[in-house]
Amino acid sequence: MTLIEAENAIIEEFSMYEEWLDKYEYLIELGKSLQDYPEEAKTDDRLIKGCQSRVWLDYKVEDGKIIFNADSDAIITKGIISLLIGLYSGRTPEEILSSDFSVVEKIGLKENLSPTRANGLVSMIAKIREVAGY
Amino acid sequence: MNIIDIRSKFPTLSRKVYGKDLVYFDNAATSQRPQSVLDEWNRITAESNANIHRAVHRLADEATQAYEQARDSVKVFLNADAREEIVFTSGTTAAINLVAFSYGEAFVGEGDEIIVTEAEHHSNIVPWQMMCKRRGAVLKVLPVDDDGHLVLEKLDELLNEKTKILAVTHISNVLGIVNPVQDIVRICHSKGVPVLVDGAQGAVHCKVDVQDIDCDFYVFSGHKLYAATGTGVLYGKRKWLDAMPPYMGGGEMVGNVSFKETTYAPLPMKFEAGTQNFASTATLKPALELVNLLNNNELIKYNDGIRDYLLDYFRNDLRIRLFGVPRGTSDEKIPLFSFVVNGVHHEDLALILDKMGVAVRSGQMCAEPLMDRFGVTGMLRASIAPYNTMEEAEYFVKCLNKAIDMLI
Repeated sequence: MTLIEAENAIIEEFSMYEEWLDKYEYLIELGKSLQDYPEEAKTDDRLIKGCQSRVWLDYKVEDGKIIFNADSDAIITKGIISLLIGLYSGRTPEEILSSDFSVVEKIGLKENLSPTRANGLVSMIAKIREVAGY
Repeated sequence: MNIIDIRSKFPTLSRKVYGKDLVYFDNAATSQRPQSVLDEWNRITAESNANIHRAVHRLADEATQAYEQARDSVKVFLNADAREEIVFTSGTTAAINLVAFSYGEAFVGEGDEIIVTEAEHHSNIVPWQMMCKRRGAVLKVLPVDDDGHLVLEKLDELLNEKTKILAVTHISNVLGIVNPVQDIVRICHSKGVPVLVDGAQGAVHCKVDVQDIDCDFYVFSGHKLYAATGTGVLYGKRKWLDAMPPYMGGGEMVGNVSFKETTYAPLPMKFEAGTQNFASTATLKPALELVNLLNNNELIKYNDGIRDYLLDYFRNDLRIRLFGVPRGTSDEKIPLFSFVVNGVHHEDLALILDKMGVAVRSGQMCAEPLMDRFGVTGMLRASIAPYNTMEEAEYFVKCLNKAIDMLI
């Protein structure tokens, strides 16, 4: 699936949830499914600023593709990063940079999460972009 | 005056969020404003907008009167000895900064000591740290115990001839326990040490009598007490305010100005430099009138019932750890509940509650040292005002349980 196709699939998935609590249920499940992030990688240089909760984002490059891994101490945040990782991990820097990242707004996460949370979300996306552009 | 009459005075309380009735439980941060406060602000801004104190024209006179009447209201509210002892500021934080600076300039030197407590809001820590740095003084800390009570036995150890002032909160914005400020003042005064009481929460929940407490300074904010944002009060005993140099220089605070020497205005103007936030400050008068209205036995009994219901819930739900637990009767605690749910992040709970229409605070609540003391990264806080209802409290408990079920 191309990145655009994957983004559209997420947008369609979210459009099925009319109630906010259903969106949260979905994010909580996603958060719980995020693969184990090693404790030793929870270092300050991997910590993303701007969240009330803490988020760690790590990455490695394999065959020209960036593999992201992340964790958070809050489960809804973890769900959001899981969603972002599902979209952007395992893709080439060119693919990642081709996205306008509007998927976050289109599923209503940006405006409906608290401003502090939105800042964290913005920081997360900025970090993914930074890694891809490096 | 029953709860329905009280609620009808606050326009915000009838709004909906995400299609649900708003349950506003973040009152310890900012209270909602009654129509009388909105009307007063609007009246002054629309009809009497002019710079206070100096001009002789009609509008300036009206604005000045409204501003000075608020001072009279505050004097009565605190039972201060004189209106000159009431200084208006932009809030509690500004009032503490003023004292930390001006008192520090006059009375604190190299090697002196300042005492604060572990339960303080950042606003009652950082200004003193800054002053200590400036004056070469040392900051000492009175601890709290596991239940959130100040360890008064340690006070004697901390007080000595180098101690220059003690700053303590009347009620912590995290713990909600009413501190024995009268005892603290008595102990400190026996060693010749003045006391500043941070009344940001205390002024809202206690009958404050500064002459009875005998504190040297008492500070509070208008925005937590139904008045407009950007308003605050510094009460200071005249002997201290007279002996302290001004905090800021500028208009209003001067006697005579020349390039050689400037003399300062008498109290309280000496500490009110620049154009004051007069339209907002004037709303303290209708706000304090409302406080009087809320102070009736029927309503107090109703409010205490809500507090006891929630206290009972928080104490008995084994998944919950409550911070600030009364040791004697529940009257030791105000209806403010900071807690964590085992295994659940406070932010997740706050986000879900928000979507259910319930506004609570989450995070460190401007009290990082206290978070460290209890070994948590943040808490959730529900703080109740006299306009909240038992139905809201029950709905909140229901929502909290549902949110916990979603997250565990």
